[in-house]
Amino acid sequence: MAERTDQPLVLGFETSCDETGIGLVRGHTLLSDALATSMAEHERFGGVVPEIASRAHLEAMVPTVHRALADAGVALPDVDAVAVTSGPGLTGALLVGVAAAKAYALALGVPLYGVNHLAAHVAVDELEHGRLAEPSIAMLVSGGHSSILLVPDLSQDVVELGRTVDDAAGEAFDKVARVLDLPFPGGPPIDRAAQEGTASIAFPRGLTGPRDPAYDFSFSGLKTAVARWVEAQQRDGVHVSVPDVAASFQEAVVDVLTAKAVRACRDHGVDHLVIGGGVAANSRLRAVAQERCDAAGIVLRVPSRRLCTDNGAMVAALGSRLVMAGVAPSEPDLGADSSLPIDVVSR
Amino acid sequence: MLTLAIDTATPTLVVGVADGDRVLAEAGVPSGTRHAELLTPTVTDVLARAGVAVADLARLVVGLGPGPYTGLRVGIVTAAALGDVVGVPVHGVCSLDAVGEGPRVVVTDARRKEVYWRAYDGGPLGGPDVGRPEELDLPDLPVVGDARFAERLGREVAPAEVTTAGLLRAVPAGEPAPLTPLYLRRPDAVPNVVRKPVTR
Ligand SMILES: [Zn+2]
Repeated sequence: MAERTDQPLVLGFETSCDETGIGLVRGHTLLSDALATSMAEHERFGGVVPEIASRAHLEAMVPTVHRALADAGVALPDVDAVAVTSGPGLTGALLVGVAAAKAYALALGVPLYGVNHLAAHVAVDELEHGRLAEPSIAMLVSGGHSSILLVPDLSQDVVELGRTVDDAAGEAFDKVARVLDLPFPGGPPIDRAAQEGTASIAFPRGLTGPRDPAYDFSFSGLKTAVARWVEAQQRDGVHVSVPDVAASFQEAVVDVLTAKAVRACRDHGVDHLVIGGGVAANSRLRAVAQERCDAAGIVLRVPSRRLCTDNGAMVAALGSRLVMAGVAPSEPDLGADSSLPIDVVSR
Repeated sequence: MLTLAIDTATPTLVVGVADGDRVLAEAGVPSGTRHAELLTPTVTDVLARAGVAVADLARLVVGLGPGPYTGLRVGIVTAAALGDVVGVPVHGVCSLDAVGEGPRVVVTDARRKEVYWRAYDGGPLGGPDVGRPEELDLPDLPVVGDARFAERLGREVAPAEVTTAGLLRAVPAGEPAPLTPLYLRRPDAVPNVVRKPVTR
């Protein structure tokens, strides 16, 4: 069967964490993005329980594939290639998606692409804003990752410039939300609360000293500082303004993220920045990044909120790009790698 | 009727193709924890040896465990996906039913120093169940399965594994039921909670 390399129809599988995401993409065009999530089952634990997530992926798999097909108005035999997140992520969760994708590819007689979850977060932007400028700088911020990448060629060459040395940005949101008695996951409630408050409290900006690594992040100290500040106020019987704490914490995170991303662009002579991952849905991050990129003459690209969080379309988007770039498909013994390095775009 | 049978409930990956109850080709791969890597290549290989195309299959049979969860799910989701594409029914069976024949007790490794087990005389005598070998009150029937547990069971265990013929025999009559794994244990009561995965 001849492989279609122009405008291929790609079926993408994403199961690296709690979301079962199945997407269909034709070329750079988003056709559908079906999602099932087990988040409600994890809420009471304040984090994702791997075994619960894996069980939910298995249950959701075939129905979610069919939802994606129906939404796209295509049938399985139309599919030209299958793509799947093979890492990084939770091993047991990844393996449900990898096994399913391998079986669909086998039965359909189409090539299979095991792809890197982080590169897929960058690729998804092409569905909304067209072909990525290369090189671009990409900043990925979510509950699991906080990295700054140099992307000379998203199909095969991605270089990590910096990453978090402790908590991911999204983790800091979750932990601060707990301190403020806001629900899990903490990103959306903090974003909402912050809109009613002012960033009046000076929380620390991690790793921003002159001798600190320019592109690495640290959010653990910030989280602790917020918790200490709130405890001290409560001990003194002073009313804690949740909106003000939320706004001040959020401002500290956003300040560091955007400063480092813009600096990476400037240092590498790159004038395009892409931001992805769940934290890229944060309204203050989007606003400050836009301001600073405008001031620095950098073109900013951020996917719509729906595509910032984990989904199947991002995997299909990267798969489609790999097909169009003529990259070799994965070997039949593809597995999952929970700690797949970022410079491995596909395997 | 061409049937593809798959089981990933034990460290041995089992794939077989049968025409009616005649096994055309079969593989038992000692793949340990590499079921996800090796299952689809094994399916391709066994189908080729049987001279059968995926599209020719009339049904699938898959072991629902009990077995270590991660590997178990690999087999079930693979069978579900293959059946979905071909548009044929997928029958789930208890994997222990596919080990040995006749009156017997089947034991397999449940990890955490426990065994999965089920007794048969005519049909299954209750179960499947999970427990510590030392604490089980097994019926007075020949024990087959994972022989490493002989000492802890205090019984002789004749080595036996899941077979294609066993999987075919285990298919219940009627329409296939939903492919619900036989987990037998709830997710850890004190969960190993993680945030979203770290990058490396
Ligand atoms: Zn992600």
